[in-house]
Amino acid sequence: MKPKFGIVEFPGSNCDHDAYYAVKKVLGYDAEFLWHKETSIKNSDVIILPGGFSYGDYLRTGAIAQFSPVMEEVVNFANNGGIVIGICNGFQVLLELGLLPGVMIQNEKLKFICKDVFLKVNNRETTFTNKIDKEIIKIPIAHGEGNYFADDETLKSLKANNQIVFEYVNENGDVDEKSNPNGSKLNIAGIINKQGNVLGMMPHPERACDSILGNTDGQQIFNSIVSSLELV
Amino acid sequence: MYKATVIIKTRPDILDPQGKAAEQGAKLLGFTNVSKTRIGKYVEFFVNSSNRSDAESEVKEYSEKLLSNPIMEDFEFELEEVNEA
Repeated sequence: MKPKFGIVEFPGSNCDHDAYYAVKKVLGYDAEFLWHKETSIKNSDVIILPGGFSYGDYLRTGAIAQFSPVMEEVVNFANNGGIVIGICNGFQVLLELGLLPGVMIQNEKLKFICKDVFLKVNNRETTFTNKIDKEIIKIPIAHGEGNYFADDETLKSLKANNQIVFEYVNENGDVDEKSNPNGSKLNIAGIINKQGNVLGMMPHPERACDSILGNTDGQQIFNSIVSSLELV
Repeated sequence: MYKATVIIKTRPDILDPQGKAAEQGAKLLGFTNVSKTRIGKYVEFFVNSSNRSDAESEVKEYSEKLLSNPIMEDFEFELEEVNEA
């Protein structure tokens, strides 16, 4: 049976169809939308919290989405070891929920940034990265509030537990200030929780799946997830 | 019935790009004495409660759970008894 990706749709989500297209049409897995008012995740094997501007990003990014009815099931699913990936706005929702530590503030330079970035894959043994065959991947970002902040203690523990999965780097893999697009602490682009079943990332792997777009690095993230499902 | 006003401030150790941008504008306008601009949020609402301590705990919970994010923001509030909303 094909693994099924459940893609949560909040009012204001706008990468939900991109995610659906990437996992279903490009990669050939099963996918279903989960409207935010639903109370079931319909036997999904993986949950995607897609990018966009849920609830207009009012109050704070992801703040109101965390209380949508479907999220109660998503949180239960995550707490029981279910695989959840939050992309961009989805990452912000995971932070607001407390499933991942830290917060997102406005980009240091206040600009909305939409461009390809290079990511160093620090940990290639996770549920989300085990099929990535290179150290540096190229994935696009598109956000105005991707400036990851956490206090020093949290950052230290993220590092110590190898939870910083993706870092913004240059083409050669150097972690420097120049390759940090938004001012994120430690050039953080994506982190996992301690248990390793929840990933939040600002870059959009679903926008780097179809070869017609000239970059398929994102495929490896979804393929990693599926390969770890098969191991269970 | 109580009227609540909540003020949410970004914590002092957190970068406030909005405040920084506003201050740049202030400098362009010639406000040379202005410094350390920080931008927060002001929220007002009514609480249908007959006693102050219940109203207070409701405002506090609403502020903690939704209106602010304790990792980056602090809040303070005032309660005023009113006859009707």
